Amino acid sequence: MDALMIGTIIKILIILLIVSAIAGFGTYIERKVLAFMQRRLGPMHVGPFGLLQIAADGIKLFTKEDIIPQNANKFIFSLAPTITAATAFIAMAALPLFPTFTIPEALPLIGGAIVPSVIADINIGILFILGTMAAGLYGPLLAGMAQSNKWGILGSARTAVQFLSYEVVTGLSVLAPIMLVGSLSLIDFNDAQIGGIGSWLIWQQPVAFILFLIAGFAETNRTPFDLLEHEAEIISGYVTEYSGLRWGMFFIGEYTNMVTISIIAAVVFCGGYNDIGFVSGWLLFILKVVFFFFLMLWVRAAWPHVRPDQMMWLCWKVLMPLAVVNVVITGIIIML
Amino acid sequence: MFEQIAFYIFSVLTIGLFLVTVFSKNVLYAMTSLASGMVLIAGFFFLVGADFLGVVQLIVYVGAVMALYAFGMMFFNVTKDLKEKTTSNIWVMIVGVSVALLMTLMFGGVVNPEAIYASLPINSNMTNPQAVGMALFTKYLVPFEVAAIMLLIAMIGGIILAGKKMDTSLTNIEDEELQRKDVK
Repeated sequence: MDALMIGTIIKILIILLIVSAIAGFGTYIERKVLAFMQRRLGPMHVGPFGLLQIAADGIKLFTKEDIIPQNANKFIFSLAPTITAATAFIAMAALPLFPTFTIPEALPLIGGAIVPSVIADINIGILFILGTMAAGLYGPLLAGMAQSNKWGILGSARTAVQFLSYEVVTGLSVLAPIMLVGSLSLIDFNDAQIGGIGSWLIWQQPVAFILFLIAGFAETNRTPFDLLEHEAEIISGYVTEYSGLRWGMFFIGEYTNMVTISIIAAVVFCGGYNDIGFVSGWLLFILKVVFFFFLMLWVRAAWPHVRPDQMMWLCWKVLMPLAVVNVVITGIIIML
Repeated sequence: MFEQIAFYIFSVLTIGLFLVTVFSKNVLYAMTSLASGMVLIAGFFFLVGADFLGVVQLIVYVGAVMALYAFGMMFFNVTKDLKEKTTSNIWVMIVGVSVALLMTLMFGGVVNPEAIYASLPINSNMTNPQAVGMALFTKYLVPFEVAAIMLLIAMIGGIILAGKKMDTSLTNIEDEELQRKDVK
């Protein structure tokens, strides 16, 4: 096996392990951040500052009884969580995470392996990621329909509504930066912003950036738009009948999608993993992704839920015209 | 080597899934296998290097079948098997076989390798999306624009059919007002 292949396998393992761990750690961060914003302490009892709460939650999830309702369609019911988790990780395959680097020769076994910045550098990266993330919504849809529960059906109906609303906005908002860069590859996006903070696309495309963030929140079911499992209205929506590990897989999928959206926002609009002065790129990249992750939690603490009709009104009557106007103006400026 | 293995895996899975779509009596199975079959077809595009078309296939059909699910949800109880009302099995068989024959004749020309030629040869200097754009906006400009106008007409028609009372939100109307309307 050549050096690149070993490096790719190492990268796959790193992403699988680290991102699954982030999904667990993200729950802790989310609870802490929300707690501080609401002047509470959050988890405090298990371990120092409640850090071992993650382990406790994990053990609870893994050892819970796995219940499949009597009238449910058992095959689809067990398939649905896998779709959410798998598509979330497949989307990660086309994401550039860190600069390409070579493992030092001194290390045994894997020395000299080249770890690429992207697992699969297809030249239509951003479309592939958005497409697979869209396919991920089949998880909630199938879950809700298979469990023969009225709340589940409502949840999956809302999934369809939400999908058909935000998908147009996501596509159109990314279109304007794509026109500026002239490529669909995320590496080209990164290289186009190599000249420091001034060359970030966010300054040229502020409208597209905000539209993308809003649509991204809808895509990951974050709070202003978490219609699918809005607990005050439809119990828990599509996850009403799920328990144990299957429920945990939906959770991992959701947090992985949050990380993916943060990474796309960082790469497409905020300079990617380029160095600025003496600060190295990978550190900046992590800081950017962490900021966007934090932004999602912040928004959750700050904004109330919206109703489904408000969501559709927002997407189709406000955001989509804005995105179209933005694309047209970008086109005119490029032509001039 | 890898490509051949992948091709056969994709082929078997796609054909199997579409067979399930046709033969299954459960709406949920039929729609799920249709969706996954459509997604797997994207795999063939990736195998021949048409990445852009593959992703377009993925995005378009994921959305389209999602709308189909919405209808399935409204019309059927998806957890139960459906009893189909077939009036005449003979007619079903005759129509089915003749459609299959017609399809075979239509696509039969493709099987002959002599008959295949590229009317717009691939330019290796261009990336995938550029090549598709070149084909659409030079040689096939008129069909492309006509298709766009047809879609526009369909969209306007849909809005007009569904758009009664679109400026009033049902959730904002008070309950009493709704009940008064029911009495009338």
